[in-house]
Amino acid sequence: MTLEVSDLAVARGGVCVLEGLSFALSPGRALVLRGPNGIGKTTLLRAIAGLQAPLSGVVRAAPESLVYAGHADGIKATLSVSENLSFWAHVFGNKDISQALDAFALTPLADRPAGMLSAGQKRRLGLARLLVTGRRVWLLDEPTVSLDRDAVAMFADVVAAHLGAGGAALMATHIELGLADASELDLVPFRARPVELDDFDGAFL
Amino acid sequence: MNFNALWAYANPRKFIETADKVLPALSVLAALCMGVGLVWGFFFTPDDYRQGATVKIIYLHVPSALMAINIWLMMLVTSLVWIVRRHHVSALAARAAAPIGMVMTLIALITGAIWGQPMWGTWWAWDPRLTSFLILFLFYLGYIALWEAIENDDTAADLTSILCLVGSVFALLSRYAVNFWNQGLHQGASILRGAALVGDTEERMSNVYAVPLFVSIAGFVLLSLALIILRTQTEIRARRMRALMARERMN
Amino acid sequence: MRDLRLAVRAGGGFGLGLAFFLIVVTLVPFAVGPRTELLAAIAPGILWLGALLACLLSLDRILALDWEDGSLDLLATAPLPMEGTVSVKALAHWLTTGLPLVLASPVLGLLLSLPAAGYGPLVLSLLVGTPALSVIGTFGAALTVGLRRGGLLLSLLVLPLYVPTLIFGAEVARRGAGALDYATPLLMLAGITCGTIAVLPFASAAVLRVNLR
Repeated sequence: MTLEVSDLAVARGGVCVLEGLSFALSPGRALVLRGPNGIGKTTLLRAIAGLQAPLSGVVRAAPESLVYAGHADGIKATLSVSENLSFWAHVFGNKDISQALDAFALTPLADRPAGMLSAGQKRRLGLARLLVTGRRVWLLDEPTVSLDRDAVAMFADVVAAHLGAGGAALMATHIELGLADASELDLVPFRARPVELDDFDGAFL
Repeated sequence: MNFNALWAYANPRKFIETADKVLPALSVLAALCMGVGLVWGFFFTPDDYRQGATVKIIYLHVPSALMAINIWLMMLVTSLVWIVRRHHVSALAARAAAPIGMVMTLIALITGAIWGQPMWGTWWAWDPRLTSFLILFLFYLGYIALWEAIENDDTAADLTSILCLVGSVFALLSRYAVNFWNQGLHQGASILRGAALVGDTEERMSNVYAVPLFVSIAGFVLLSLALIILRTQTEIRARRMRALMARERMN
Repeated sequence: MRDLRLAVRAGGGFGLGLAFFLIVVTLVPFAVGPRTELLAAIAPGILWLGALLACLLSLDRILALDWEDGSLDLLATAPLPMEGTVSVKALAHWLTTGLPLVLASPVLGLLLSLPAAGYGPLVLSLLVGTPALSVIGTFGAALTVGLRRGGLLLSLLVLPLYVPTLIFGAEVARRGAGALDYATPLLMLAGITCGTIAVLPFASAAVLRVNLR
């Protein structure tokens, strides 16, 4: 089991948004989180990535196997595309960035300052970062935002290749990627129920 | 004594219930001690042969200075309790105490200036003790400002606790640095200096002044305690209200 | 490494703090009058205060930019300890702000007619003291990252923490200018710097983790 979540509850802004959430992700599989805006997809992904503590429940994953990609890409405008990418490769202890550049068709842009890229190109650079980390489980928050149709297909190919190589992905997206190994998880049933209002101590959380 | 029983009071409901019971008695006692201490000190002690009537400001100056430091220490303890055991009441007590400590520091500074004017011929001197209190005042300011600036209560509690820890270390450092920087005019600690009560040295503070001083110190301690408990109650209720409102918005 | 390259690339990193230092020092004679002996007497203090304010000016940029573009989130989930990350940030801040100030201080000392004996101790005290300013500043930046109007609060939080460093640093420079023995305050200053470098990154990292929640 690559990633296992049991009985998880997460809070945003001090209010519990999702509770009783359990699922498992095995190698070669992708899980797509569905649900309306504001249900807590980002919060859930951040909790699994370890950026915030869950209210209750357990996230089990092999150490150093997760990598998170959020709304912001962490791109420095003054560094070039390849410098941005090799910085992250260094952080994760890798060297080779050419494969990642190729996968997202960034090779022609490699020497351009990242500040000169369009929104979609920046997003591609942000996603290329996933490849240089060498991590097996990808946690993706709306990965296809501002990508055009070609780029979405490019991204779908990369994810499929990643799954084919034994990786796994947990993503929150509204776009159909056409992945063969993907299953869906609807978050609506896990929406946290309002707590009884006369519970004095409970109101503290 | 079983110290673990104390943690029961970290429950907000229990704290508020207990505080409701204790507060009236505490307030009356505080008023009584302060009234007796101050009236006795101001009107029923002889003038000092060197300092004249100005010496009597000691009944405000010394207790407030003591409380200024002790309230910071209390905040340090409650911050540690929050970091280690994560009791909300503890963090809120630190938050509640900060403005009281700041006011005490301010009182100590102002009474010090009023006392210093006739004694040293100046309202303000860059004397180590005065300077240290000014720095303490700045620490209180920063601490309170940080609480006010952060919207999420738990985040604010965490950050201010760490600031309090780090600030304490730096406050201590500043104290020594300031001492090093300027040997001052200020007299030594009036009360704690070697058995001031029983000693028979020339310098010792005589009983005539000491007894009302202790009564008024007790009054300040009780007053601060009562205020802190009252404000902690308020903070708990405000916190609960914010939590309820957040929940309302969600549903 | 990246931060360094960034600071250089972004321009301003080097220049701004240094230019600010220069301006502060230039303004002092306008404020207190051009009498040489007066300027010489206050020169060590002014130079230290100017360096401190120049450091303060660039503090909010240490972490705010990384916060805005999401790099901090990604760094937090990367296999680097947060303590290491903030230490590197502090080091980058020192190299881009503190070190230029140290190097520029003799020239500015000249402007304020610092006595000849004072140059060595001045540079030495700044060299030893400014790393502490960067490390303490990083702690302040970590506290206020993600806050609106964080810059003002940052100064309010950080300046009281700067007091011991300023006292000992300026004392070294002052005693040096008066051709007195400055070994004791220099040792104290070095002690503060070592202590903050050893301990504060843990506090900064803890604070940053809380802020990223």
